[in-house]
Amino acid sequence: MTALDPTGFPAADEAASAVVSGGTSIGAAGALDVSVGRIRREQLHQLLRSKTFVVGAVIVLWWVVCAIFGTLFVPFNATATDILNTNLAPSAAHWFGTNNVGEDVFSRVIVGARDILEIAPLATLLGTVLGTTIGLAQGYLRGAVDMIVGRIVDAALALPIVIVAFIFVVAVGPSTLTLVVVIGFVFSLIIARTVRTAVLQERELDYLAAARLRDERVLHVMFVEILPNVLGPILVEFTVRLGYAIFTIATLSFLGFGVQLPTPDWGADVASNYGYLAAGFWWETLFPALAIASLVIAINLIGDSIESVLIQ
Amino acid sequence: MTLTTSSDLPATTEGPATTLDVSHLDVIYRVRGSDRLALRDVSFSIGRQESFGLVGESGCGKSTTALAITQYLPRNGRVSAGKITVNGKDPAAMDKRSLRKFRARTVSMVYQEPGRALNPSIKVGRQVAEVYEVGGTNKSDALARTEELLRLVQIADPGRVLRSYPHQLSGGMLQRVMIAMALASEPALLILDEPTTALDATVEAEVLDLVSSLRQQFETSVLFISHNLAVIAKMCDRVGVMYAGELVEQGPALEVFENPRHPYTVGLLRCVPRGGQRKDHGRLDTIPGFLPGPGEIQVGCVFAQRCALATERCTTETPPMYEVGPSRTSRCHYHEQAPELPRATPEDVQLRSPNTTEAPVIRLRGVSKTFHVRGEHVRAVVGVDLDLKVGETLGLVGESGCGKTTLARVLLGLTVPDPGSVIELEGSPLAFECTKRNRKQLQAMQIIFQNPDSALNRRHSVRHIITRALKKLAGLSGDSCEKRLLEVVRSVRMEERHLALRPYQLSGGLKQRVAIARAFAGAPRVLVCDEPTSALDVSVQAAILNLLADLQSRERVTYVFISHDLGVVRYLSDRIAVLYLGQVMQYGPAETVFSGPHHPYTESLLSAVPSLDGTLRERIRLKGEIPSAANSPSGCVFHTRCPRRLSSGICESTEPPLVEVEPDHMMRCHIPVEELRALQAKEDAQPAS
Repeated sequence: MTALDPTGFPAADEAASAVVSGGTSIGAAGALDVSVGRIRREQLHQLLRSKTFVVGAVIVLWWVVCAIFGTLFVPFNATATDILNTNLAPSAAHWFGTNNVGEDVFSRVIVGARDILEIAPLATLLGTVLGTTIGLAQGYLRGAVDMIVGRIVDAALALPIVIVAFIFVVAVGPSTLTLVVVIGFVFSLIIARTVRTAVLQERELDYLAAARLRDERVLHVMFVEILPNVLGPILVEFTVRLGYAIFTIATLSFLGFGVQLPTPDWGADVASNYGYLAAGFWWETLFPALAIASLVIAINLIGDSIESVLIQ
Repeated sequence: MTLTTSSDLPATTEGPATTLDVSHLDVIYRVRGSDRLALRDVSFSIGRQESFGLVGESGCGKSTTALAITQYLPRNGRVSAGKITVNGKDPAAMDKRSLRKFRARTVSMVYQEPGRALNPSIKVGRQVAEVYEVGGTNKSDALARTEELLRLVQIADPGRVLRSYPHQLSGGMLQRVMIAMALASEPALLILDEPTTALDATVEAEVLDLVSSLRQQFETSVLFISHNLAVIAKMCDRVGVMYAGELVEQGPALEVFENPRHPYTVGLLRCVPRGGQRKDHGRLDTIPGFLPGPGEIQVGCVFAQRCALATERCTTETPPMYEVGPSRTSRCHYHEQAPELPRATPEDVQLRSPNTTEAPVIRLRGVSKTFHVRGEHVRAVVGVDLDLKVGETLGLVGESGCGKTTLARVLLGLTVPDPGSVIELEGSPLAFECTKRNRKQLQAMQIIFQNPDSALNRRHSVRHIITRALKKLAGLSGDSCEKRLLEVVRSVRMEERHLALRPYQLSGGLKQRVAIARAFAGAPRVLVCDEPTSALDVSVQAAILNLLADLQSRERVTYVFISHDLGVVRYLSDRIAVLYLGQVMQYGPAETVFSGPHHPYTESLLSAVPSLDGTLRERIRLKGEIPSAANSPSGCVFHTRCPRRLSSGICESTEPPLVEVEPDHMMRCHIPVEELRALQAKEDAQPAS
């Protein structure tokens, strides 16, 4: 791309659209002087200017740091029990107090980010890749493929995802791999639906007729022609699903089918300590629960701001 | 006047002599923290009952002017200088309440797309009656007046229309309803923003007639905005030509178009093929360069960088409004020389004429296409026989829904025709589906779509788009592909640096050039052009038409050219097929089809087109709407609307065959060709009424 137009006046093509979108200009040879890079950069700028994105990103970044380096800076070993110091209230030594076996709640919350931040993104990624492929095939091929997959999706979505995951985990036994595969698979059906809708809109466009007239192979049309045009909705769907994945994993752990104790985990920690709430030991439950909430909310904040930037 | 006038209406009968006065208007849009001047020093006025046209290409500020008048500028826009007065009042000085009243009673606006201006979930009658109810009329009175109003806009069955939802009515009908709504308040000023651009020529003619007659009846002043010079010439007393936010020339419409005094007006008029101009007569002139962005030119003439007459003075000294005649102004230092503006494109052209002796490249026999929609059989194309010769252009003409595009898609293999249809390419039959055709057959037939935004993958670079076509269709790779890529790009007059760009970074004209380059990549034998210039401005259209004519002559390609613009079709076509409800009504050499004798349907189409020079050939008007293809009329499919239907009843009962009435000239009509010729010649001799 040539240098940016120094004048930077709005597009001449459509006065009205120029007024809204602006910032582009027809240069000497009629090329609008907006490079792809410039649009990306502008979108990034917009993201960085949005408060919701910054808040969300800071929180997520914090938990990512905790997940990776948590063990290095926590004040106590997260799995070290201390029967002399059980159920201590938050204090200068134990910021979030200790639980009923004397483990430091603060350390467990910090280190507890690890498993959930490993499983959730992997599961969501699997779901997105699989779902995109299914959705592209459904939307582009239509016909029998669309019908059959569509009914399967309907059937799968009729059951709450936690129940589906629960059944699988019981059958196969809880492990990181099982969780990733089960959640990824169920999510792929939901993502497929979104992608299919986006593809159906693309299907009406003439560039696909042009591709048929060039005898392009189906896979080329799906992945080279259509996919780049539906990346926006896929990205938004990814962030939304990531939030749900964290929630699902936390729920499974709470039910005892996720990460196994004594490995620190938010869901499992809530489950093993909420019995003591009645005794007034609120800190053992509250802090892991807050951790779950903060991560889910932060990811949704990011998703919302990405969506609003892409929609413009 | 049939409408009752209530006493609280604004002073339409007395008041100042000018309805609208715009003086030295500047409008600024604030885009990303900087101000851009969208309108600069625009002044004009519209007298009582006068109709004033604003004409210009997209982005020149026509609509911004209308928005400024109605105080509907978007939030980032504001009037920064100048004054607008409507009926002696300044809408900018009004408070919210009087502004509401002003919009309800003094100014009305009709937009381009009637379908989007009405609420789809409320019955039409309710929406029109609301206009009266706002004015304080009670419900039953309002409904009665609505019915009366619809009758006034020549809606035959107002009762049915009142009870319909917008989606149940045709575009022409909806636009009538919109006009009725706009006139309900008996406004002093009616603003029409491209009111007929979305309509077929035959419907457009009816709507324009309606506007003219109602204007007299309601004594309304009209501001008519259009990109179509001929429509403005027909509708307006005076015209203002806009360019880059300035009113560059104004004066009486016919004078301005006959004897333009600004180089932009001169250039614009030369871009339009008219008066039977054809590709072998010479190239169309073009306007070089591109429209500057709003406010880009601070000093000097806005048109200077594209003007062949421009001198040093034009870039340093802003031209004032020169008086160039009685009530005529031009914003050009050299307005005396404007009519002698040197051509931007040389006229001389050596075009090879099509080879009519060779065997046809495409042979269609009995091609039909029936769509089955919800139990109905929609016959989109019915038994079409056509031969396409090497290097010729076949123009396909007809109203929307006549089957032009379906026929083209059948030819390409994008739509599967009914069994029994025969499509032959150079003597060998073609499979119906393009996926079953071999590479050579695919390569032989390509298409240029109407809308390049839809036809080009917006995520792919120009290089990717053309290279892919070269690889798949021409079977090239590596260096030879790269070499051919540059050749193709140069042949559509684009530059190497455009290769890295993506479609949304290109202007409309350049995008269409990319589409043309892609279509030519595989050196096709037949190219379908489906309204390739209808999304473009006239100056860009001229360049594209020149390019298509040049490429055809060089590559010996056959074009199937679809367009609703008869001037464009005539310019490019060697032969023309006129379609109605999927049937070929007339088929012959372009000159014969245009000069007559015409099929009555062709005749109606031709007389619907307004002409620039005021020599109107409006003899007949098509009444009613094109019948549904699911339910074609018996006998001759055109008999329900035919102005020359025979009284013997044969038209209703028997379908006329397509017969050769002259050598190489086919027609589907019961009236003998000599009789048609005599009838049409007689009316040609009489002045149009």
